[in-house]
Amino acid sequence: MSRKILVLADLRNGGVRNVTFEALSAAKNISEGGEVSVAVLSNNAAVNTGEFAHYGADKVYVVNNAALENYVPDAYAAALEAVIKEAGANVVFLAHSAIGRDLAPKLAARFGAGAVSDIINVELDGGNLVFTRPIYAGKAFTKNTVNSDLIFATIRPNNLTKSEPDTSRSAETVNLSVDLPADSLRTFIKEVVKKSTGGVDLSEAKIIVSGGRGVKSADGFKPLQELADVLGAAVGASRGACDAEYCDYALQIGQTGKVVTPDLYIAAGISGAIQHLAGMSNSKVIVAINKDPEAPIFKVADYGIVGDLFEIVPILTEELKKALAE
Amino acid sequence: MNIFVCLKQTFDTEEKIVVEGGKVKEDGVRFVMNPYDEYAVEEAIKLRDANGGSVTVVTIGPERAQEALRTALAMGADEAVLISDESLFGDEFTASNVLAAYFKDKSYDIILTGNQAVDSGSGQTAIRLAELLNIPHIGTVTGLEINGTDVTAQRDAEGDLEVVGGKLPLLITAQQGLNDPRYPSLIGIRKANKKPLETPVAGDLGVSGDAVAAKSSVLETFLPPSKAAGRILEGDNAARVTELVNLLKNDAKVL
Repeated sequence: MSRKILVLADLRNGGVRNVTFEALSAAKNISEGGEVSVAVLSNNAAVNTGEFAHYGADKVYVVNNAALENYVPDAYAAALEAVIKEAGANVVFLAHSAIGRDLAPKLAARFGAGAVSDIINVELDGGNLVFTRPIYAGKAFTKNTVNSDLIFATIRPNNLTKSEPDTSRSAETVNLSVDLPADSLRTFIKEVVKKSTGGVDLSEAKIIVSGGRGVKSADGFKPLQELADVLGAAVGASRGACDAEYCDYALQIGQTGKVVTPDLYIAAGISGAIQHLAGMSNSKVIVAINKDPEAPIFKVADYGIVGDLFEIVPILTEELKKALAE
Repeated sequence: MNIFVCLKQTFDTEEKIVVEGGKVKEDGVRFVMNPYDEYAVEEAIKLRDANGGSVTVVTIGPERAQEALRTALAMGADEAVLISDESLFGDEFTASNVLAAYFKDKSYDIILTGNQAVDSGSGQTAIRLAELLNIPHIGTVTGLEINGTDVTAQRDAEGDLEVVGGKLPLLITAQQGLNDPRYPSLIGIRKANKKPLETPVAGDLGVSGDAVAAKSSVLETFLPPSKAAGRILEGDNAARVTELVNLLKNDAKVL
């Protein structure tokens, strides 16, 4: 049975995040011929809507409204609700991002629908959609089905396979006007303070350089940041480093904190408490640098170096500079 | 100020997960209050101490979940509600509708919860509840200020900090960094046992299990494939780093 799938484009700093194309690729695979569409909600963001078609979109719904400048739950919910109805969607994919994880439950409740959060896979099984998602931050996984007529799913970045773009495809653009009067918006943004270091987003980073108690101070993160800069990586941290106030909690990776699955995870001065391992052990390749040869982090590491991070990391940064210049 | 906290009892985050008979094994596991909910309870107590009123903590869960409520009472909450009627157990759709039924005849100024539970990690129930109650929510909050009915919250939005304004009544989901949850004092623990604990069932809440039946179900629970032990590189620092770069580039192909 074919199904209509709507993907909410996940915009950040004016760009479309990769997870949107991952979601579209998956949508195309499971739609069984049904229409795949994209919703672009913004205040006139310059988005290349043609690119959505290359990954499977048949239609692009564009809602432009000044009230969509920043993410405000009431505004985004009203806009996406209108697109869902217009598209007649059976399935709505959102990124498991700051926006998607906040918006999906709100709309699921509004539609009385079922929802699955943070999925890492979706497949067809005898005509039914089966979603795979982590529980206990990735210590285990479940396969789930949803029995409502409308299904919401939030997608973890970096896990669904992005298909090869088909540049011969094109999509119809539909401009939708949605009325969002100020008195219908019960919360409002007073200010946005950009804090992310280095500009690489932790949840979508292909490479993460992460520090633990072993970095010893806020200054101790400097060599890690330099390594991250060379790699185009994001910087993360263990709970120990956050609790010791070496860095902001926004960087924390673990069961309390962010769960990440980059291609390469470099853990420096992190012992590997179970709650940290839950947040990163599903990374594709793990490198551990730690003084203590007994540190549990070495049990999940593909490559380990027993030694002082303050000696090893600067050498690694220099070596990588050379290797990447080749 | 009528303050409510919805909380959940979860596995301690240091617990290993064992799957037995297709389910996560619970025998011998240490249960705690979901760590994110601790921030919600702490914030609720601070709000009450500053504004007066009372803090009621509510959970859905088996009999053992009472321990998490007692912890909240020992921290300083005033009353607790345990919904342990198994006909009302299900998914996030179920939980939010059961909570909405509980809140239907309550007068509340603010509802606080953790931004997600560390077991399911869905982060759905609280936001669904706000929608069902037709009140606004502010998610992943790291700072909260209330003046009269004016609310200003700082929220963590993927590393950026958003300052959000709103008005009571509303629902807040707590993020790490909001506060430092207190440990229950000995006196607090002793007092907790004397504080009221209500245990409503479906009929009391005016809701039936069928009406809130789960929309999603789990087909299978499994552990990730276990990883073979990695390689510890040998040699002096320069040699080990050279080998590492080589391995990352040519074997793992992640550079």
